[in-house]
Amino acid sequence: MDFHYSEDNLMIRSMVKEFTDSEIRPIAAKIDEEEKIPESLKTKLAEMGLLGTLFPEKYGGGGFGEIGYCIAQEEVTRACGSTAAFIGAHQSIGSNAIYIGGSEELKQKYLPQLTSGEKIAAFALTESGAGSDSFNLKTTAVKKGDKWILNGEKLWITNAADAQVFSTFARTERGITGFVVEKDFPGVSIGPNEKKLGIRGSSTNTVFFEDVELPEENLIGADGRGFLIAMKTLDAGRLGIGAACVGAAKEMIELSTKYANQRIQFDQPISKFQAVQFMLAEMTTQTYAMESMLYRGASKYDEGVDISTDAAIIKLYCSEAISEVADKALQLHGGMGFSRELPIERFYRDARILRIFEGTSEIQKLIISRKTIKQNGAWKI
Amino acid sequence: MKIAVCVSHVPDTATKVNVGSDGKSIDPNGVTYVLNPYDEFAIEEALKTKEAVEGEVVILSVGGENNKETIRKSLAMGADAAVLLKSEGELDSFQVARALADEIKNQNAQLVFFGKQSVDYDNQIVGQLTAGILDYNCISVAVDFKLDGDKIIAEREIEGGREVVETTLPAVVTAQKGLNQPRYASLKGIMAAKRKTIEEKDAQIGESMVSIIGMQKPAPKQPGKIVGEDASAAPELARLLREEAKII
Ligand SMILES: Cc1cc2nc3c(=O)[nH]c(=O)nc-3n(C[C@H](O)[C@H](O)[C@H](O)COP(=O)(O)OP(=O)(O)OC[C@H]3O[C@@H](n4cnc5c(N)ncnc54)[C@H](O)[C@@H]3O)c2cc1C
Repeated sequence: MDFHYSEDNLMIRSMVKEFTDSEIRPIAAKIDEEEKIPESLKTKLAEMGLLGTLFPEKYGGGGFGEIGYCIAQEEVTRACGSTAAFIGAHQSIGSNAIYIGGSEELKQKYLPQLTSGEKIAAFALTESGAGSDSFNLKTTAVKKGDKWILNGEKLWITNAADAQVFSTFARTERGITGFVVEKDFPGVSIGPNEKKLGIRGSSTNTVFFEDVELPEENLIGADGRGFLIAMKTLDAGRLGIGAACVGAAKEMIELSTKYANQRIQFDQPISKFQAVQFMLAEMTTQTYAMESMLYRGASKYDEGVDISTDAAIIKLYCSEAISEVADKALQLHGGMGFSRELPIERFYRDARILRIFEGTSEIQKLIISRKTIKQNGAWKI
Repeated sequence: MKIAVCVSHVPDTATKVNVGSDGKSIDPNGVTYVLNPYDEFAIEEALKTKEAVEGEVVILSVGGENNKETIRKSLAMGADAAVLLKSEGELDSFQVARALADEIKNQNAQLVFFGKQSVDYDNQIVGQLTAGILDYNCISVAVDFKLDGDKIIAEREIEGGREVVETTLPAVVTAQKGLNQPRYASLKGIMAAKRKTIEEKDAQIGESMVSIIGMQKPAPKQPGKIVGEDASAAPELARLLREEAKII
C-alpha cells in the first residue's frame, strides 16, 4: 500500500480549487437558497473539463481516471455539495454506465457529447418498489421488430430536470437490461422538482416512460446483463461519494479551526479549551481515515481491480463520518453554526443524503458482511 | 508570429514570508510559490493575440527547477512551448533581462509580454530593461491592447486616467490588472501540457549590478486601542490622534 499524489494530481487540485474559489464558492449559498445551479456555472464547469475528468481522452475526457476525478470532486464539494451532486450524477453514474457497460459504438455515440457537457446525463435505476431492493424494478422493455418499447416510472433521479441522456434500467424477458434513453424520445416526461433537506440546487425528479421507442443500438451491453452493469457503475459512484465526503470534511475542519481561533469566550479563544481541541482532533482523525481509504480504493480502481467491497466500505465509513464531522463543526460554531449566515448548516444538511443515495449505509453493510462471511473471516480485501 | 511571455515564479501573496538565516534572502520553508499574478494577464493577452493572428506562444522563465511548476501552469493555460533559462541564486533585474533578451533574440519573437511587475521584488523594471537591451519598442502598464498588422494601439494606466499610445512591432508590452480576464487552466489543458516539453538552457546572465546586503521585516503593527464607546470619548480621541499618532 503506497499512495502519493502525482504532479498531475496536485495540479488538478490547485486548478480546481482556484476555479471553485472564484466561480462556485461565492454563489454556493444562492444555489442552495434558489434551489438551482445557474446555467452559466454549468457552462463554466464544461469549459473547465469538470464534466469529463475521469474518462479517457479518446472520448473527449480529461484522462485523469478515478483518482483525478476524486480530487476534483473533493475540491468542488468544499464549495458546494449541490454542484458536486450534479457532476457526480452526470459523470460518475450517468455517463459511467455507458462507459462501463456499453459497446464501443455506444461509447462513441454518447460519451463525447457527455464529456464536453453538450449533453447532461442521469442514472435511472430506482423505482417506487425498488429502492434498496433495486433488483425488484418493474419498468419493462419489450422487443418489437428492431425496436424496444419502454414503459415505467423512475423515482428520485438526480439531474432529471437537466439531463438529455438517461442510463435507464428495465426488465426484459431475459432480465434487467440497460438502455440509453434520450429526453427527446417521444413518451419521456419529467415530474416536478422534489423539495429536499439538502443538496437543494441539484435537481431530483420522477421520470415517466410511456411507450418510448428505443433503437436496438441503445442497449447498454447485452440483453439481460444490466444489473451487473448498474452495480459496477454504483461501485464507481460510491468512490465519488467518498470524495464528496472528504472534501466537505476538509472544509469543515478549516472553517471550524479558524472560527475556534477567533471566537473569544471566557477571555480566550475557544480553541484553548480542551473540549474544542478534542473535537478538532476527532474531525482530523476521521478525515485522515476517509482520505486514506478513498485513495486506496481509487488507485485500485484505476488499476482495474474489482473494488465492490472497497467501495462499500468507503461509502459507508465516509458518509457516516462526514455526518459526524459536520455535526461537530456545527456544535463548535454554537449559534452561528445554526445560522444561515455561515455555510456550516448547509454542509450539515448536504451531508445527510450521502448515507442514503447510491445504497444506504445498511445496504453497504450487507455488501461488506456478505464478503466477510463468504471468506469465513479471512482478511482479503 | 512568435509571441513570447516572460513569467516568474513568486511566493503566493497569501503566504507569510520570513527572512532567511543569511539575513538577505527570504526563507523558502513553508512558502508556496505561484505564477506571478500579473503574468497571468500577460499570458492571456498573448493567447488572445495568437488566436487572432495565427501565432505561437512561447513561455520564458529564468530560475531554477522549481520554476517548472509555474511554466507547466502557463502551458496548461494554452501556451505552445516553453524554455527554462536555468540559473541558481538571486539575480538582479539586469541579469534577468539580459537572459530573457538573449533568448527572445534566439526565438526571434517580435511581440513580448511581461507582467508589469513581479510581486516578489517589485522592481517593475525587467520588461523595460529587456526592451532596451533588444532595442524593441516598449509599452508599460497596459490596460488595453490591439494589434493591427505591425501596429500596436494600447492604453496605459496613468495617474487619474488612461493614455492611448501607438507603436509598432517589435515590441515589449507589460500587463496591468484589467487588461483582460485570464482564463483558467482547464483539465484538458493540464493533459495537453504534459505532452509539451520544457526546453532547458543555461541563462546568459552576465555580471550583477545590484546585490542585496540585507533584508528586514517591517516593524509589527501596534495593536488597536479602544478609547471609549460614545461621544464622550471624542476629546480623548482627538488628543491621541494629535499627540500620539501625530496625524492631525
Ligand atoms: C436526493 C436523492 C437523489 C437520488 N438520486 C438517484 C439517482 O440519480 N438514480 C437512482 O436510481 N436513484 C436515486 N436515488 C434513490 C436512492 O438510491 C434510494 O433512495 C436509496 O437507494 C434508498 O431507497 P429507498 O429510498 O426506497 O429506501 P428503502 O429501500 O425503502 O429503505 C428504507 C430504510 O430501510 C432500510 N432497508 C431496506 N432494506 C434493508 C435491508 N435488506 N436490510 C436492512 N435495512 C434495509 C434502508 O437502509 C433504509 O434505512 C436518489 C435518492 C435521493 C433521496
